Amino acid sequence: MTNLLHSSGCGGDGSKDLLRYSRNFSTITEEEFETLQNARVFVAGCGGLGGNLIMHLLRIGIGHVTAIDGDSFEPTNLNRQLLCTVDTLSHPKAETAEEYAAKVNPDVDFTAIRTLLDETNADVLIAGHDLVLDALDNIGSRRILAAACDRAGIPLIYGGICGWSAQVSVLPPGTAAARINQIYIPGTAISNKSCLSFTPAFCASIQTAEAVKLLLGKPSELNGNLLFADLLESEWELIPFFND
Amino acid sequence: MIEVRLFATLRKDRGKVMQLPASEFSDGVSILEHFAIPREEVAIFLINGFHSKPEDPVKDGDILAIFPPVGGG
Repeated sequence: MTNLLHSSGCGGDGSKDLLRYSRNFSTITEEEFETLQNARVFVAGCGGLGGNLIMHLLRIGIGHVTAIDGDSFEPTNLNRQLLCTVDTLSHPKAETAEEYAAKVNPDVDFTAIRTLLDETNADVLIAGHDLVLDALDNIGSRRILAAACDRAGIPLIYGGICGWSAQVSVLPPGTAAARINQIYIPGTAISNKSCLSFTPAFCASIQTAEAVKLLLGKPSELNGNLLFADLLESEWELIPFFND
Repeated sequence: MIEVRLFATLRKDRGKVMQLPASEFSDGVSILEHFAIPREEVAIFLINGFHSKPEDPVKDGDILAIFPPVGGG
């Protein structure tokens, strides 16, 4: 295969483009990098989790990224959402994500769609992607996304945050809806929206690591288990899904 | 005895791990009532490591693990 860092086609501007990935190598091989460059990843949400996920996907060099969000930034987002700054207040989150992507890595085929995920658009939105990352902020939308992933045969990397706590799991196609129903049993409601900035950053980092592992065919303990991390107590619980 | 393990925000004013006399509790709902945990604040309810629901029966020797919803993004 072509040596990506030293091929003759990488002179001038090309060298600059590949230099941006030079510190990725040895951690991942050039062949694995090509796999990531060909990957199509969908990010549901551009808020606390989504902003961090997008940042990681861009810097790693995922080739094709689609991100959706129907909201605009507001002052309450400033404490934790990477893409929310005083300059982007009241701007649509999707539009801001697209501007951010162009600044961080214009080589990524990045598509932002200003819409909220619902039962009428979920199947169409995720179609054609290799992987879906959950960066949603409510249980109802998560159930819709999980069901759509099951129908489409696309793996879902679930992430959720609250306060000092984060949850992550890799949900293979056919298991997502059932496992989301185990993570949020009927009757559960989200009343606490408090969250500190490091919690979404932590959660998104683990989700991205799981995304890269999944795309590269590496095994994961979070495939079949739910990680429940409590950053206040420094506790890490792996909860198995015994009874799907 | 029934061992009850609470996680994250559910621990506040309640504790981490508690032992309850099995004779006084028939199901998970009665244990939630004992700790004054609102039903909507329970997202994951494990009995001996298996995903369950508060309506399920509990018995002597069971270990319950109760997690609050972590659903933001």
